[in-house]
Amino acid sequence: MAQVPVTEGVFTWPSETPQLIGSRCVACGNHMFPVQAGCPKCTGEKTEQVLLGRRGTLWTWTVQGFPPKAPPYAGDVDPKTFKAFGVGYVELPGQIKVEARLTEADPEKLKIGMEMEMVIVPLSTDASGNEVVTFAFAPVA
Amino acid sequence: MSTEVAIVGIGMHEFGRTEGVSGMEQGVIAVRRACADAGVKWEDVQFAFGGSAAAGAADTMVSQLGLTGLQFINVANGCATGGSALFSAYNTIRSGVFDLGIAIGFDKHERGAFRVDTRGAGLGNWYGASGLALTTQFFGMKINRYMHEYGISHSTLGKVSEKAFRNGSMNPMAWRRKPISEQEALDSLMLSYPLTQYMFCSPGEGGVALILARADKAHLYTDKPIFLNAAVVRSRRFGSFEVLAPSIALEHNAGPTVDSSKAAFEMAGIGPEDIDLAQLQDTEAGAEVMHMAENGFCEHGEQEFMIQAGETEIGGKFPVNTDGGCLANGEPIGASGLRQVYENVLQLRGQAGARQVPNDPKVAYTHVYGAPGISGVTILSR
Repeated sequence: MAQVPVTEGVFTWPSETPQLIGSRCVACGNHMFPVQAGCPKCTGEKTEQVLLGRRGTLWTWTVQGFPPKAPPYAGDVDPKTFKAFGVGYVELPGQIKVEARLTEADPEKLKIGMEMEMVIVPLSTDASGNEVVTFAFAPVA
Repeated sequence: MSTEVAIVGIGMHEFGRTEGVSGMEQGVIAVRRACADAGVKWEDVQFAFGGSAAAGAADTMVSQLGLTGLQFINVANGCATGGSALFSAYNTIRSGVFDLGIAIGFDKHERGAFRVDTRGAGLGNWYGASGLALTTQFFGMKINRYMHEYGISHSTLGKVSEKAFRNGSMNPMAWRRKPISEQEALDSLMLSYPLTQYMFCSPGEGGVALILARADKAHLYTDKPIFLNAAVVRSRRFGSFEVLAPSIALEHNAGPTVDSSKAAFEMAGIGPEDIDLAQLQDTEAGAEVMHMAENGFCEHGEQEFMIQAGETEIGGKFPVNTDGGCLANGEPIGASGLRQVYENVLQLRGQAGARQVPNDPKVAYTHVYGAPGISGVTILSR
């Protein structure tokens, strides 16, 4: 089964070490995610593409305890088989805090400040039988 | 305080679920009730600002109310739709263009958490497809971080829900009118940690209309005019932590609530210590806690003591969400901010019945917050 990314241009894929794709303001150095053309910090109009760091610390988190509405959600929405998933913001040093799914969904195991690393996780199967993947962060063992 | 504009009539259609009545029709009923309250005919109303998020263009309601040719402007500003309608009506009268007008908000949403139109919100499809485009997640993450930083307990979240449903039980217009205990709130289904089912408001239905007049003409319509001393709407600045954000800056900014609150106090020429009661956006129990501090009513972390001691109850030092708030009334987006003003008018008139705040409150405050990082504040006095 082939793997396809949920979208192009948000993370590098395929890759042994996938990274999120962001922007940096040429004028003030502010980082943005996802890619955007204008800077919300200094109103600068010129940005350049950058790859974001793969490791950071968990700034805050929650657990998605019920199936999201589909659309827009592409994952499992069957209440019988739906598995809760973690969601958090990971602070990438010197860059930005990014929102992502977390591979851990147990409130007992999620701690603000813990080390996290970016991974790619399966999300759903598309009409052609491909496995759709998206990005997530996993606790660093 | 500035007393140029008065609220002289209020009308509401019951919040909750009303089968067979469209959101627009609920708005029409609210308008008729507001006109009756002020003793004015629809043809006397010179201008209107109105809006809904999901129940149609407000200006089409004139086909039911009467084609009088009035100036009717639609307002679409997310969770601040009602606040924006009120801001616009307020300034229309202050400018001297008209003497008598109306602000209208109504809505009717499908059941369950809000379905986010990621494209309309300026976000890629991948964001919703990946399971991130839920407003509930933001609220869970904001209060989780806040509890970590400022020592707010799960019990305090439960107590906010308990208060909301108790106040709602005394409000015949509320959706949820059955009291629940703190423990029931804590034990209900965990939707987005640390927030449970009874700690979240639900998208709902309802309508509110407010008739505004030049203050020097208010006596023509009511013997209990309530003056609108400030109406402010603010959007976010760089560095704030907002709903539906794929990323946030490393540097921190306090957010639109803090900005709109400061601007409103400045406009009214008073401070938080002068406010007798407040309706604060309680999309969920944690929001009420955080918004107490963001609006300047306490320091961060003081809420733990205040709520545990009952200070925000109707008979407490600083009553908050006396009509049951969003938690007991649900959130019809277009109407929600005007519901808060409606409640404060009742309280300042002394007409709030079983939930009347004691000792003749004189100054009252409302606050809304919503996507994509906007806030609206009003200050009312009698």
